[in-house]
Amino acid sequence: MGLDIRWPLGLLFFVTGGMMAVYGAVTHGSAIYEKSLSVDINLIWGLVLLAFGSFMLLLAWNARGRISDVPPVLTSSEEPPPRRTHGH
Amino acid sequence: MTLTLSTLAMGLTTNLTIIDWLIMLVYFAFVLGTGFVLKRYMRTSTDFFLAGRRLPAWVCGLAFISANLGAQEVIGMGASGAKYGIATSQFYWIGAIPAMVFVGLFMMPFYYGSKARSVPEYLKLRYDEKTRAWNAGSFAVMTVFSSGISMYAMAILIQSLHVFDGLFLHLGLPLGWIFHFSVFLSAVVVLGYISLGGLTSAIYNEVLQFFLIVAGFLPLVWIGLKNVGGWHGIQRTLGPAYTHSWRGLAHANTNPLGTEWYALVFGLGFVLSFGYWCTDFLVIQSAMAAESQLAARRVPLIAAIPKMFFPFLVILPGLIAISIPVVGQHSLAQLQTAPVHAQNVAPSTAVVSDASSIPEGKGLIPVELDPLSGRVLRDNKGQPLLNYDLAIPNMLLHFFPTGILGLGLTALLASFMSGMAGNVTAFNTVWTYDIYQSYIHKGASDEHYLWMGRMATIGGIVLSIAAAYFVSSFNNIMDALQLVFSFVNAPLLATFLLGMFWKRTTGHGAFWGLMTGTFAAAVHTGLTLPADAPGVGIHGGWIAVLHVYPSTMAQNFWTAIWAFGVCIVLTIGLSLLTKPRKEEELVGLVYSLTPKPAEGHLLWYQKPMTLAIAVLAMLVVLNLVFL
Repeated sequence: MGLDIRWPLGLLFFVTGGMMAVYGAVTHGSAIYEKSLSVDINLIWGLVLLAFGSFMLLLAWNARGRISDVPPVLTSSEEPPPRRTHGH
Repeated sequence: MTLTLSTLAMGLTTNLTIIDWLIMLVYFAFVLGTGFVLKRYMRTSTDFFLAGRRLPAWVCGLAFISANLGAQEVIGMGASGAKYGIATSQFYWIGAIPAMVFVGLFMMPFYYGSKARSVPEYLKLRYDEKTRAWNAGSFAVMTVFSSGISMYAMAILIQSLHVFDGLFLHLGLPLGWIFHFSVFLSAVVVLGYISLGGLTSAIYNEVLQFFLIVAGFLPLVWIGLKNVGGWHGIQRTLGPAYTHSWRGLAHANTNPLGTEWYALVFGLGFVLSFGYWCTDFLVIQSAMAAESQLAARRVPLIAAIPKMFFPFLVILPGLIAISIPVVGQHSLAQLQTAPVHAQNVAPSTAVVSDASSIPEGKGLIPVELDPLSGRVLRDNKGQPLLNYDLAIPNMLLHFFPTGILGLGLTALLASFMSGMAGNVTAFNTVWTYDIYQSYIHKGASDEHYLWMGRMATIGGIVLSIAAAYFVSSFNNIMDALQLVFSFVNAPLLATFLLGMFWKRTTGHGAFWGLMTGTFAAAVHTGLTLPADAPGVGIHGGWIAVLHVYPSTMAQNFWTAIWAFGVCIVLTIGLSLLTKPRKEEELVGLVYSLTPKPAEGHLLWYQKPMTLAIAVLAMLVVLNLVFL
């Protein structure tokens, strides 16, 4: 369907993870982390999300051109998907 | 799973900071942005309603489980985890996995291969017009109400957690408008991305929501387990009844679910589970969007893998919440006034002022208060009831500092909205294809039906808003609606199984079997009462009380079993008395008359059966570990 979902998925987690990691770095050692048992959860989890987002972006980058509007290759047992267009 | 979020009224208060708002805004921007990008691909009604049948199996697979993973489900499962323990996982294990394997292996070839565009349309092809009309009409009504219930529950949660309080106070707006604002906001966002990108948009957002739930809840489980000393800590605190999924199931009175193993296996594991996962268009439509029949068959099998591990994300927090050693309701109030919480959690005045007179809760679960009078609710023995629905929200507020708190709340908001979106896309497809094109305006151009799909989206959202306000205006209406839905859904499995696997089944047999099965479900509930019900009323016994079940769950299982039994017997009986259709008309619709999908070109590990066996083996291992 045109847009490879790994682009929005990767970007969302890249941006969100990046924001959390920066915020975690800035607030490192702050009293707010007493809630999370003294773990700087924003920094750690932000980096995890950043890595996940980057990985998805990498997959999307590698797959670009391969995922397009062309119909999928059908196996012998399958008929083409129904394409109801005007006039047919 | 009944959920009364209105009881959240005594909830904690949270003052979000800029980073939390930014995380939420980024999510909303991506949701709408994805819709805008997808708009240019929406050229035909097939693109809009069926995502062009071009999505890969893994995307549809994640959407398949996310369509079911609304926030009501997440909060409800956390609540049940706190109430019943790890046995709640059976809703994800025996209550889902075998059905998902079955629909992938045996039923998907008929849904996908018959070229039906919806589940009601399959019934039209297999049976007749009246069976389709009943299924389409009842399904359309249920989707609108389900979407409205999601909208209502989201608005109540936002209101109770005081998410927008700071913003409204800053803008000088009355806090009473927060409910309306929340309803309006979710309506606009969901309307925006579905009318732009159709089913593709809904499926893409369900995939985003899947990863957001994992991203938001995994650190919650990590920190929570760290706090209670890991799984062994929970075992020590709560004991074996909470930490074993099959213990005590020999008898209904020796386990927290209040049901025997055979009612669990047949009622939940067969009738309810197969009835939902194999016939509900809300989930089936994700698989019907797959790029090929082989991909469509893999969709539920792929979905089954994360599904069986989800108890560790949504049920385990409930167990953690109840095993945390420090806090009852006094302590919750104390926690709120502690300096560490000053930045994120402000004390709720009602809670603090009443703290001395309110009994202790258990762990992070406070006692349940009447939302109007503020008094503690008690059972018929005078013991205070616990507000289990607060398990997950309280876990988020207790363990998450600002920043990741925004992520956790975004995950919850995403679940609510994707729950709504799944219902709205199912509604616009069934309305356009099964009602409008079939009975109101036949033979129009494809552009016209595409236009109607967008109008149906607007109509579905407007009706959902009306349903949300309807639900908010009447006590117990949510329980009543869910009860009626369960009556309609209970016998459906028999109709589909007979239709797909017995060529002799006729349209008359199916229709009247379905009607009588629904009636049987209502009569069974009217004649029985669960022991945990406050009395005769919405929970049963409105005709007469002939039998008392140990729990509501046991009553639900047996209602489903009765409805299924009556439907299957009557459908078989009437089918034998009425004229069957010609066999050539049933090719592609009935198992024995349809060529089996060719798999000769696939390697052994590419075959759906191999994946199915691996999934079932994992299910067995999980059950052995938590036996």
